[in-house]
Amino acid sequence: MKFQLIGVNHKTAPVEVRERLAIPESRLPDALRRLAGHPGVEEGIILSTCNRVEVLTQAKNGAVDLRSFLGNYFQLSPSDYEPHLYEYRESEAVRHLFRVTSSLDSMVVGEPQILGQVKEAYATARAVGVVHSQLDLLLTRAFAVAKRVRTETAVGSSAVSVASVAVELAKKIFGSLQGKHVYLVGAGKMSELAARHLIAHGAESIFVANRTYDRAQQLAARFEGQAILFEQLYETCDRADIVITSTGAPHAIFRREHGELFLARRKNRPMFFIDIAVPRDVDPEMNRLDGIFVYDIDDLQQAVSSHVDDRKKEAERAEAIITGEVERFKIRLQTLDVVPTIVSLQDHLETIRQAEIDRVRGRLGPLSPEQELAVEALTRGIISKIMHTPISTLKTAVSQPEATTVVDIVRRLFDLQDKKKQDDKNATKSSGGDSGAKT
Amino acid sequence: MPDRGLQILFMPILWLRVALCFYAVGLLYALLALTRTSSLLNRVALPAMSLGMVFQFVSLTEAVLLSRQLTLASVHNSESLLSLMVMAAFMIVYVVYRTTSPGIVVFPLVFVLTFVAATTQQPFLLTSPGMRRGWLFVHIAMIFVGYAALFISFAASLLYLLQERSLKAKKPATILLRLPALEVIDQIGYRSLLLGFPFMTLGLVAGSIVAQATYGRLDFLDPKIFLSLLMWAVYMVMVFTRWNAGWRGRRAAYLATGAVVAAVIAWSANYYSTIHGFVQS
Repeated sequence: MKFQLIGVNHKTAPVEVRERLAIPESRLPDALRRLAGHPGVEEGIILSTCNRVEVLTQAKNGAVDLRSFLGNYFQLSPSDYEPHLYEYRESEAVRHLFRVTSSLDSMVVGEPQILGQVKEAYATARAVGVVHSQLDLLLTRAFAVAKRVRTETAVGSSAVSVASVAVELAKKIFGSLQGKHVYLVGAGKMSELAARHLIAHGAESIFVANRTYDRAQQLAARFEGQAILFEQLYETCDRADIVITSTGAPHAIFRREHGELFLARRKNRPMFFIDIAVPRDVDPEMNRLDGIFVYDIDDLQQAVSSHVDDRKKEAERAEAIITGEVERFKIRLQTLDVVPTIVSLQDHLETIRQAEIDRVRGRLGPLSPEQELAVEALTRGIISKIMHTPISTLKTAVSQPEATTVVDIVRRLFDLQDKKKQDDKNATKSSGGDSGAKT
Repeated sequence: MPDRGLQILFMPILWLRVALCFYAVGLLYALLALTRTSSLLNRVALPAMSLGMVFQFVSLTEAVLLSRQLTLASVHNSESLLSLMVMAAFMIVYVVYRTTSPGIVVFPLVFVLTFVAATTQQPFLLTSPGMRRGWLFVHIAMIFVGYAALFISFAASLLYLLQERSLKAKKPATILLRLPALEVIDQIGYRSLLLGFPFMTLGLVAGSIVAQATYGRLDFLDPKIFLSLLMWAVYMVMVFTRWNAGWRGRRAAYLATGAVVAAVIAWSANYYSTIHGFVQS
């Protein structure tokens, strides 16, 4: 592995630094080409979002000076970004990429956008042609890991925002939201968002009451709902299962007696009041009524933060998955390293065998086809018997830490050095012939 | 007769005790479910309870086959039969709503009923002539289905209270997160109440017809008859208030508790009633 990753994110760099390092989408292909031209870089990918800018490369041998690439590209002096940079190599770089893709490194852990952003970056880099062999493998794996984390842990499944917490609570009360009615009292941004969430989860219709009727009508039109005169609020409110209030009223507009009235009219079917107004629109006394549930903005926020705790627990499980995946990926790459070695070893010996047969053929005189076959079988048999142990050693070494050492030794013993390059480049399959030719 | 009774009872009671062991797992589930959350609990408790049901069923069937008398055997194993009915009702709820939460209340009850059945059975002597009527079985079966529905409804109303409390406390404790939604619990309770009511009513009607045929009249002052009617009245009030005023939550739980208490008292009246007594003490 010759992976290297350098970058800044929301944790290490303030937004002033991040925005100077950000690369807009339109200029990304150009930046990728510049990166590919940087000395030593074989493959590269650049991820630039509002929370992070990261450059990941695969180099033929040794480390690449990615810091100088950043300096050159952005025309910045190192002091501007140096203190905020982080740099990872080899398996640490792999782990970081896995964490980013799985949304464990995000500002809001578990948010789903980042995976799409990495996929876009990958698509761009592929289109430019700077991602082909090993990075391709790595990124594909990273997407699979992200999917695993998503399906096997609850990271990303619990509610994040106040609006989605409201939906979750509503589901705790009503089960399915199918056919439930939502009543917006006061037309604010946040209550609109909450209503949108509720509708997305199946809530049926929307009523809107607002001090200014026009505004109510506008909002109702957006949801294909029904605008209601503010004066008729108390007569109509019992129709709603979920009431979202966000008026600027200085006093509570829903008091205990209203709740009792609604319940009597609704035959005690439960009602859920979401009060996002400050000062509050719903008298907390109402929560004491059987069948009425009142959550104010603080209650919702508290529920949000308890979800954040849950996420932390799930994130730990996700980290464990990632650790396992990094190991698996390492092994996978090493297998790729071993296979060309085995192939070139076999090719090498085959060439020797052919050369030796050719050399002694003259001395053997004319051979019958049976004899020809026997010579062939004899020489092949000797080689495969001898090679059996080294090849199986190579194969088993894959999963062990000394894999690279074993591969190196085999290469040096049989003088396979120059072969590796060609295999790495994935040039042609038939490269076997020429390396052994010297012997 | 007592000797033959003992011999007859041996195998069914063995199966019943095996069933009891499985039901003990359910009891454990109920105790643990209140303090921790784990899906493992579900995965263990549900199969264990199902196995318990199988053994209990075997025990009852064998009792019927050995005694060659459906009614006699069901009277004698009434606690066991009732707990099997309650479990069946629980399973129906599980199949429809995919929730094991009512088990928190139902499993201990089933355990206690089976425990009583498995430990206190004595050779029996019929003291009531009415017992010999074959179709008395209808009366027993109907009443027991009604009981089972009532217990499920009772369990649901307790769960409703729990869930309502946690929602009101605004700190959703972790176990309560796994309870079904409030309205689903409400539906379970209401539906089993509605389903149970006709069975209970028909069961009582069947019982009074048997009694009338045997004695020629109904003695409303007999404790069994009186308490049964009282229980039926509470049951009807429950159905009515729920249907008419939508009573749920705390008030429904009080009513359900009342109905269950009335049912238990009516049951225990077997020990005092002269016309219904089948227990020789």
